[in-house]
Amino acid sequence: MRLSRAEYKDIVRATEQLRPTRQCMKILKDRFPNHSQSTLLSIFSLEYQKRTKRTISRHHAADVVESHYQRYLNEAKARPAAPVLLEMANEVDLSPALMGRLILDRFLQDVSGEMHSKAVLNSMLKEPSLIPDQVLANNIYQCTINDCCYGPLVDCIKHAIGQEHEVLLRDKLKERNLSFLDENKLRTMGYDKTPDIILEVPIAVEGHIVHWIESKASFGDDYSHRTYLNEQFWSYWNRFGPGLVIYWYGFIGELDCQRDRGILLKDCFPTDIVTLCHTSHQQSPEKEDND
Amino acid sequence: MAAILDLHLRKVSSAAHLSSKCCSSGQQERDSLPFTECGVTVQKHQFVSFLLNFLREQSSPALAHGTPAKTPNRPRPASDAAGQLSSDRRHGQRKSRKKNMALGAQGRGGRGSQHSDEMGFWDTGSKKPGRGGGHSRSREQLSPPSTLNFNNLEDFPPVGSSPISISKPSRRINPTPVSAERPRSKPKTCFTSTPFTKLSSPPMGAEVLDGSMRVGSPLSLQEERELLKRENKRAQQPAASSPCLSSLEPCTPPKTGVLGGAKVTPELQTLCPERSKVTFTPELDLLAELYCACISENLVPNIFLELFFVMQLLTSMSPPSNDAEEQESFSTTNSGASSCYLKQVHNCVYFAVTVLENQFQLVAHLDKGALRLLAENERVASFSPALRDLLIQAQGKMSTFIHSVPFQPDTDNRSNFGNDKAFHTFKKQRDVFYEALREWEDLHNEPGWNFDASLGGRIRGMMNQLTSAGNHSHFARLFLKQLVQMCKGPRMSGAPGEPPDADLLEMLGADGLGRLKRLEERLIQPHGIVGPCPPPSFPGHQEFFRDFIQTASCCQLNQHLQDSLCQQLLQLDEVSILSPSASIKEEDEDGDMEQQDEKQRFSSVLLLARLLAKFLGFISFLPYQTSERPSREIQEASVALRSKVSVPVLDVCAVLDNSVRRRRTILTVPWLVEFLSMLDFVGPLLLCYRTALGTLLLLYRRLQLRRCADVCYLNKLLLVSVLGWLFHDCIPLVDQQLLYFCCPFLSEFRKLLAAFVSGSTAKSGGIIRKITPTSAELKDTPIANRSQQKLQLEQAFFHNQPPSLRRTVEFVAERVGSNSVKHMKATLVSELMDRGEKILRDKLKSLNFNTSKLNESICALLCDAGLEALERATRFCDEKSLEAVRTLLPEETSPTVLRTSESITKRLAAEKACSWLSIRFDRVMKALGSPDSVNVSGAEVPVNISFFFGVACRYKSEIPAEIMFSFI
Repeated sequence: MRLSRAEYKDIVRATEQLRPTRQCMKILKDRFPNHSQSTLLSIFSLEYQKRTKRTISRHHAADVVESHYQRYLNEAKARPAAPVLLEMANEVDLSPALMGRLILDRFLQDVSGEMHSKAVLNSMLKEPSLIPDQVLANNIYQCTINDCCYGPLVDCIKHAIGQEHEVLLRDKLKERNLSFLDENKLRTMGYDKTPDIILEVPIAVEGHIVHWIESKASFGDDYSHRTYLNEQFWSYWNRFGPGLVIYWYGFIGELDCQRDRGILLKDCFPTDIVTLCHTSHQQSPEKEDND
Repeated sequence: MAAILDLHLRKVSSAAHLSSKCCSSGQQERDSLPFTECGVTVQKHQFVSFLLNFLREQSSPALAHGTPAKTPNRPRPASDAAGQLSSDRRHGQRKSRKKNMALGAQGRGGRGSQHSDEMGFWDTGSKKPGRGGGHSRSREQLSPPSTLNFNNLEDFPPVGSSPISISKPSRRINPTPVSAERPRSKPKTCFTSTPFTKLSSPPMGAEVLDGSMRVGSPLSLQEERELLKRENKRAQQPAASSPCLSSLEPCTPPKTGVLGGAKVTPELQTLCPERSKVTFTPELDLLAELYCACISENLVPNIFLELFFVMQLLTSMSPPSNDAEEQESFSTTNSGASSCYLKQVHNCVYFAVTVLENQFQLVAHLDKGALRLLAENERVASFSPALRDLLIQAQGKMSTFIHSVPFQPDTDNRSNFGNDKAFHTFKKQRDVFYEALREWEDLHNEPGWNFDASLGGRIRGMMNQLTSAGNHSHFARLFLKQLVQMCKGPRMSGAPGEPPDADLLEMLGADGLGRLKRLEERLIQPHGIVGPCPPPSFPGHQEFFRDFIQTASCCQLNQHLQDSLCQQLLQLDEVSILSPSASIKEEDEDGDMEQQDEKQRFSSVLLLARLLAKFLGFISFLPYQTSERPSREIQEASVALRSKVSVPVLDVCAVLDNSVRRRRTILTVPWLVEFLSMLDFVGPLLLCYRTALGTLLLLYRRLQLRRCADVCYLNKLLLVSVLGWLFHDCIPLVDQQLLYFCCPFLSEFRKLLAAFVSGSTAKSGGIIRKITPTSAELKDTPIANRSQQKLQLEQAFFHNQPPSLRRTVEFVAERVGSNSVKHMKATLVSELMDRGEKILRDKLKSLNFNTSKLNESICALLCDAGLEALERATRFCDEKSLEAVRTLLPEETSPTVLRTSESITKRLAAEKACSWLSIRFDRVMKALGSPDSVNVSGAEVPVNISFFFGVACRYKSEIPAEIMFSFI
């Protein structure tokens, strides 16, 4: 969905007080019934990440970590069955998954000294049953499943959604008989930067030439789009010429201002496609009448 | 005519009157023209010229006020005028010349005659075939002393002494009665010239036409001049005097904007045009309708001249005045209403917008920059939001963008680098480079933006990384490829119409009328902006590359660039040029077609070589550049040092000698001139460059402007132009800001050569034609746009494919297309000839033959044959292209790529063959159907059947009637 900046700002304002929980997502959804849940979640997620980046340092200070940890130990002892960590996270306005990570990290320092590896930490977060402390394992698990922005579960979902949309994109291309090279093929050919798709024969979308397509299963806001432009899209342009970015969950309409420069934004697979169409020229004249 | 127009306008509103002045000028016209009653055609054309003049006259007050301070350069200098008849195009640019060309002007008298010598040859050469030489002497003989007294200082005051007032339109009044001269409405030289400072003389025109057509006798011209003088004196306000009062020739009112382009900002407090203040709306609508009809029917001499006029109206400015008072004067005094229709800026803008709306199809084919400027013009927006929307839409349809240099695994993947670090460094460098380029595009025109301050840090950081990774050669390659891609000039293969510096224009954006005015100038008169001898410059994106080199200040990079530039240049210099004259003689061949290709290829090579040579010169002499001329001692010391120590990057003498020996100066000299134009102060004193410059000077002198009727004329013209530019000032070149050969001419090169093929250049004065109106072909806009998009897609397709793919496709298409034409000639055309001959014989036998019937039957025959030929040629191309491409492309080519390549080849080949065939058919058809018809393109159609029939033709006559005579 293509949002105007004003619409986008409304949504952002509504997310400001929300926590990364299912309940809060429901509130947001009810407030903006016309917007898809994925778009709202994606915007919230991006906003919440920004918020976290601003505040995370204060939770990482050694004394703060220590006081969190002591508080957890005390409360977990008093109420072993209660979702202590989750409550704490909500109370101090930190993502539950990040709170879990913080506490587990501190816990592992006690168990295996300073030198425990990140890999061990990550594997325990992904698989709490590996944690030697049963109560902590439960708490970590609760944190993970109740966080819709951070944590191994969300990462996994995001990854799957990204994959799904790439597959969707490839299907659409095949449906339209557009042959392409995908990222894996390009890597083997020695390309240094690779978009998801490079079309073997370019197409024109809404009158703009498209050589490559990048699929983004997220909402395109200012920050993420700027980052993507600098790290990916311009690099693709520098190598393959103009291309198309699909933000499946929508984007701020005003960001689609580089069309003449060779970067086109869409929130779905385009319908207005003109191809050189040499083979199916006779069969599908309607394709060409779109322009 | 005035009466006709008057009648029309009266119909609309009984209160409306044409001015008495207008009527009187109509009267004069009638008096001086014996053809007035001679039938509809003449009437029509007279009406057209009357209408055009009427509009100009009407609008002259508004436009006069829009003209900023005048430069007193319009009236020609006495000495110049005496020696030269008409160098009108060049005339306006004279002020850019500062000094005598010490070498070129030797013994030729003063400043004026030097101008006439250097510039006059254009006119003698182009307009008056058969007249010998570009010497002032011969032109003096042409000058008709009885007609115009050029020595009369009152009529022709010398430059600088002009008493012309600031606000008076300083346009030279042209006394030529044109409409009488153009009974067949053939485009004439005068109309292709610039809209102002025009001076054509009756004998010149009469020379072209049959003597009996002459009507503008010297006497009547004198009379008109007298009338004009009186009229001028009578006019209290100088600005109100009409610039073309008694002239019948459509002329454009004073140009808004000053040559040199510096003073484009409106200086006057301008009146903001308002839709609600428009008066005489119905009359204006009618005038616009009439005017548009003239444009649509191509009855006007040059549609772009008219478009220019309309844009002048759009951007015209009136001084702030009391509106109420003005309006009152309109309504009360009919006699004083001479300029009432377009006197007010509101009316001018209304009229202009109405015309632009009506002529949108034409406007839509302007380049994107122009469309954008028009769309952003607030007057367009306030008078017609609909037009603005259309303009915005039209822009979108033709998206052009810069291309990046594609990543090619063959040259760019890891295996091409010594180590991972080098590979990854280069990955970053590519992105940094384009980031800088984009930033430059966005910001370099912003006030206060500084290349070094903004990008210097990043670029130097990049250079350090390159140095540590040893990647200079890769980067140099990217740099040069991007340079060539962006700056090579007109795309040879793409659609025409995009001026070489369109990107620059686009980047300028629009923030006011000043820019639109400059744009107008560019559209109509690219020469007018910088003059014929601008200093060397790096226009458009070239500036980025120059500044990059300067800012990077990296000796390793420069060395790599130099090596690569030198190598490419020497390769280009060796490119084989088929002699055009040779291929003409081989009538066996489809010489004409191959000659076209050859010319395209040549101009492509030439443009590239010039670009590379300029940068090679820039880099080579960069270490020696100083802002001021060094003292004599330092000069001598550095000559001594440099002639012993430094090895010139390019052995210019050897290159030049070799080129002269092999008669290839046409390619070598233009690029050498670019190279040498970058010389530092001391450079020309070094033996190697001195020798080369001496040789060039000899060449230049030997290229005396001897009129040669052969095909090489334009070749010589090019050499003379570039050399003339190089030697504009005395030999120590750079301190005088070496003057840079004007690109507009070069970008017209291909067009000129093409025009020459059809034999039109010399006759129609096409040489300096700025814009060739070609829109007549583009009737179906959607299809044009769609095919344009397809063309873009095809271009884009090649972008990410290996270069060899494109070469293969182009080669196959070229050969197959050519073979197809040969095949058609051998089969269909020869059969056609036999049938034609039979028709002729039959008709001749019947004795009561009639030419028009004969024409008809031949036309019918040709029509069918033409269609069949196209169909058969296309089929031939389809079959052969397919086979050839399949054979020549690698086995591993993906099926889609292969299919696309095949169909592009098919299209290119068929297009080539069909365009060749249809041009030939059309020519014959036109020649048969309407010998008098106006040719839209301005390029005169050679009415010559043998041209089409080529080898098979045995007749040299011009029209069928004459062919028949050859039988009798």
